[in-house]
Amino acid sequence: MIHRLVFENLKHRPVRTLLSVIAIGVEVTLILTLVGVSRGVLSDMAARSKGTGADILIRPPDSAGFTFSLTMNEKVVDKVRTQPHVTMATGTFVKYIDSFNSITGIHLDEFNAMSGGLKVKKGRMFQAPDEIVVDDVYAQQHHLKPGSTTDLAHTWTVSGIVEEGKLSRTFGDITALQQLFEARGLVSTIYVKLDDPANTAAVKDELQKVLPTYKIDSIEDFVSLFSVNSVPYIEAFTRVVIGIAVLIGFLVVCLSMYTAVLERTREIGILKALGASPFYIVGILMRETVLLAITGTVVGILMTYGTRALMATFAASMPQEIVPDWYLRVAGIALAGSIVGALYPGLRAARQDAIEALAYD
Amino acid sequence: MTEIEVQNLTKTYRVGEVEVHALRGVNLKIERGEFVAIVGPSGSGKSTLFHILGGLTPPTSGTVLLDGRDLIKMSEADRTRLRKTTVGFVFQKYNLLPTLTGADNIEIARDIAGTKKNGPDPQFEEILKLLGIASRLKHKPRALSGGEQQRIAIARALVNHPALLLADEPTGNLDTENSNAVLSILQGLNKRLGQTILMITHDPEAAAYADRTVTMRDGRVV
Repeated sequence: MIHRLVFENLKHRPVRTLLSVIAIGVEVTLILTLVGVSRGVLSDMAARSKGTGADILIRPPDSAGFTFSLTMNEKVVDKVRTQPHVTMATGTFVKYIDSFNSITGIHLDEFNAMSGGLKVKKGRMFQAPDEIVVDDVYAQQHHLKPGSTTDLAHTWTVSGIVEEGKLSRTFGDITALQQLFEARGLVSTIYVKLDDPANTAAVKDELQKVLPTYKIDSIEDFVSLFSVNSVPYIEAFTRVVIGIAVLIGFLVVCLSMYTAVLERTREIGILKALGASPFYIVGILMRETVLLAITGTVVGILMTYGTRALMATFAASMPQEIVPDWYLRVAGIALAGSIVGALYPGLRAARQDAIEALAYD
Repeated sequence: MTEIEVQNLTKTYRVGEVEVHALRGVNLKIERGEFVAIVGPSGSGKSTLFHILGGLTPPTSGTVLLDGRDLIKMSEADRTRLRKTTVGFVFQKYNLLPTLTGADNIEIARDIAGTKKNGPDPQFEEILKLLGIASRLKHKPRALSGGEQQRIAIARALVNHPALLLADEPTGNLDTENSNAVLSILQGLNKRLGQTILMITHDPEAAAYADRTVTMRDGRVV
């Protein structure tokens, strides 16, 4: 019976119910989108690193996390090539433009040999020093086509669009980039291909002896760095966003239930006259809150598919993953925020004087 | 057998810094199965007596024995239990829950009292027959006339078989025809089922349906 009352109460004010559900949905979708984008971007970076076809990756001694500096002499590449089991080694040059954009200089022949080749979908490969190719994701996001120009710390002409999935989204000739950015003879990373991936651990140990201060990782170890746990600021940022989301849910539910309690003052008086205990009355509001939170969570999860579509359209370089393993967690977060939000209105309803409530118009 | 025994009952409210002596030593006895009307002008203390007997507010002093229990010694939780099991209310404004149907309004009183329907309840079936509302139970209050709403309110008040039915101006919002119908129902419940009823009213014609009339003035029975 109490469930019917709860359901009918929510149905009685459809706009308020709908707004509450949407607000909780936004709270849920905010969290799921942030987590999904964090994971999506990192997974994408990991997949593109694997797309190089390399088994081992060498970075300069001052590299941190999974970033690259520009302090490695290109002669190191020749040294690496002389090691047993090394079939290929190629240096790349990464120039960071800003937090979201970089341009990667490659030796095209070497890179193609190692990765299986950049597949040109439109236009042609770069030839002149101020030409670059971009992948299809980057091209879509920045509305580029062969012949377009783009400004990445220099005005480049896009000579072609390549298939995504190999190392970077923007490629230019390494020598041209080294000259342009005054880093002649320097590389950011060396990718190493072995005769047999089974030799990775042994070759890595040998390379570490030859290049003791350098950061040398198997590609598998390197891509394992692309997790949310390895990026402290993402975890902190996620916590902040969860806090804000919970606050939104709390405020909306608190306001919604507070107005419901005010509006139902007489009804609360009726229930008290019928012998309803404070616990019974709080129970009604809590059930309504739980129902709002559950519905809001479902709506929020569905909205996440919408945000993924929006991200794919407007920020394709930041792919969003759907994160089902977060559904229960986010439901708990939404539920907790909502229940805390309903506490004050619930206590106010429970403490309502029956006679005053019955006299309320 | 005495259902209600009130002795030297006082009730003092505090409104801001002013003390209001709503009841100033009420003495009253109501026998089981009696239908008593309480009449009196506004401010005479009728409603306060109604609220105390219904366990909606505690008395200040005196003795109020209801079904053998003294209300003055009751805690808030005890009074809540009293409202669940011993007293049924009928109000002037019907006070049905607007979001529920007539049947659900009755059912929620059962739910609150924890007396879920287990099999037939012949006495309540007879009450429903007497009230003549069987065909209107599926409707929500907004689709019911005042008379129908009040009859459902009476059914709700009686569903848990309370020792005492308290009616506060039950015909105050009804036209003459519906007033007479509701009063006849109350009288029928009293005569046929022996329901003890205490009714507050301004209307002498309504009071005439009761077995006995008690007049109050200035917080006392006169």
